[in-house]
Formats: sequence, C-alpha cells, structure tokens
Amino acid sequence: MEYLFIIIGAIFVNNVVLAQFLGICPFLGVSSKVSTSLGMGAAVLFVMTIASIVVFLIQNYILVPLGIEYMQTIVFILVIAALVQMVEIMLKKVSPALYQALGIFLPLITTNCAVLGVALLQVQKGYSLGESVVYSASTALGFALALVLFAGLRERLELNDVPKAFQGTAIALITAGIMAMAFMGFSGIV
Amino acid sequence: MSKLSLITKGILKENPTFVLLLGMCPTLGTTTSAINGMSMGVATMAVLILSNMTISMIKNLIPDKVRIPAFIVVIASFVTVVELLMQAYLPALYETLGVFIPLIVVNCIILGRAEAFASKNSIGDSALDGIGIGLGFTLSLTTIGAIREILGNGSIFGWQFASEGMPMIFIFAPGAFIVLGYLLVLFNKVTAKNK
Repeated sequence: MEYLFIIIGAIFVNNVVLAQFLGICPFLGVSSKVSTSLGMGAAVLFVMTIASIVVFLIQNYILVPLGIEYMQTIVFILVIAALVQMVEIMLKKVSPALYQALGIFLPLITTNCAVLGVALLQVQKGYSLGESVVYSASTALGFALALVLFAGLRERLELNDVPKAFQGTAIALITAGIMAMAFMGFSGIV
Repeated sequence: MSKLSLITKGILKENPTFVLLLGMCPTLGTTTSAINGMSMGVATMAVLILSNMTISMIKNLIPDKVRIPAFIVVIASFVTVVELLMQAYLPALYETLGVFIPLIVVNCIILGRAEAFASKNSIGDSALDGIGIGLGFTLSLTTIGAIREILGNGSIFGWQFASEGMPMIFIFAPGAFIVLGYLLVLFNKVTAKNK
C-alpha cells in the first residue's frame, strides 16, 4: 500500500516536471516529437533507477558511517556523471539495439537536474532501498508521461498560426502552464 | 571589451533567463515571491563569481581532457560552502529554497560561463563576468518572483497591499510557467522593435 502511495504521488500528484520544476531543460528541449520524447523518457527511467540504487548505497554505507554527509552534493554529482558514462559504454557492448535507441540521449542526462534532484530528495525523505527504487522509477515515469503528453501538444501546435512574439519557448511555457493546471487536479488523491 | 560592458551585457544583451534560456529549473521553482527569487539569484551569483575566479586561476593547471569534471568539482565545492552557510545563518530561507540550493551545481549557467569565459580570460575579467551574468540572473528571478507575488498574494517583498481575492494560481506551479511565458513574449516584442 505504501508503495502505491509513492507511485501515484510521484507520477501524478508531485509530477517532477509540472509540480517540482526539475528537468525543465530536456522538457523544453527534447519535446518537439513524440518519438524522441519516448526515447528520452526511457533513458531517464534507466539512469534514474540505477542512480537511485548507487546513491542509496553510497549514502548509507560510505557517507553516513564516515560522518561526511555534507559531501553529498559533490559526491552525488560525480557519481551520476560517472554512472552515465559507464551506462553508455556498457550499453554499447551489451545491447547495441538499446544503445541505438537511447544513445544520443545519455550525455544529455548528466545535465538533467531531475536525476540529482531525485537522488537528493530520496535521501532527504529517508526512504529504504526498496522505497527509493520505487520512488525514482515512478518519478522517471512521471517525467516520461509529462514529456510525451507535452510532445503531443507541441506536434499539434506546429500546425497552428502562432503570433510571432509567442513563437518558440514562449508558447511552450504557456502550454506547460495549462498542463500544470490540469495536473493540479490530481492533488489531494494521495 | 570594456570592463563596464562585461557587467552590463549580462543584464540585457546576454540575459541568462530571457535570451539564453538557461537555468530554467530554479527560475521556475524558486520564484514564489520576490524575496525567494532574489535570494536564489544572489546564491547563484555568489557561486558563479567564486567558481569563475577559481577556474580562471587554475585554468593552466587542468589538462584539457578532464576539464569538465574538474570544473564540476570546483562548482560543487562552492555550492556546498553556500549551502552550509545558508543552513547556519538563514535556516528559514534554506528550508524554503530546499533542494534547489544543492541543485545550483547543475545550473547550466555556471558550467556554461566556466567553459565559455573563465577558462579563457583573466581572474579580474572572470569576476566581472560572474557579477554581470549573476546580476542579470538575479534581476530576472526577482522580476518573476515579484510579478507572481503581486498577482497571487497581493504583496510585494512581503508588504501586503491586498488581502483577498487574488488569484492564488500564480503562486502555484502553473503560475510560474505562465508568468515566464508571457514575460518572454514581452521580451520578444521589445527586442524585435529595437532591431
């Protein structure tokens, strides 16, 4: 039951993009087509879940025993950067098909603040290993959901006659605002 | 380039928020009021100036291949310093800005300036560049925060002028997207006219 609350909370109620403002750059940057946003979503799901396990182990078996929790920010960002590199290299060897699909999105993930943000939040919330994995996987799913929905809207927007000053990021942000309003309807269910 | 234009370019011509569209997450996430936006801007500016100066100082010592990880370590160190200082002296603000303080590390403005400016210029110029871009960022965040506070809460910098009937939505998440969206429209209109 507790896991169910975490899942619904992370996907809908506290959607990482539309309610917590993490991962806005890829949200605005890679969301012009549904197919690319699916790829980005899958890559984020992959990296975020692995990062959550690694970060949990580092926090509880290295930083806490040594009493250096204040090193969190530095350690986490380096671990995530290294992890993304490693995932990229391993994927290339193990599964070339998956690498083909996710490859171009992987380097972009290092600068995705959602990955570091979720790592910090799961520690802050004091989740267990199981809860951390469920939390970060559902956050990533929430990210993918927002991205794909938004891409669908933007594909439609392409065909419309948008006033000149509104073109580009401006109209995208306003659209995102209306979407965030729709997502506010979920608040209160958990 | 004159010293003065190093500072002023960040405010309008290379404004990180409205022209370069960098650092969107804190821009949207922390601007629930003018004070919060300004504090986030100042914290980012402090990290930016310090990291710019440090990177300019050590630019000849870092091998080219590992420069990005080296920059990130420098930036993360200063973020940790700012984080600990805020926790000690401004606990209420630390609580409000929350996870966005450690996330200054991944603010692309800072790494961007390190790579594009500090790694090629002198310490003094890098400091000025940090001040300029930092001021531009602070100014944009304060503006967005002020607009959201006025519309959503009927106050400005904490001074209350209307007590009820304000559309709360501007304080919530959708308000952030919409205010920034319309500000961009305004910015596009003004710059298009000047061309």
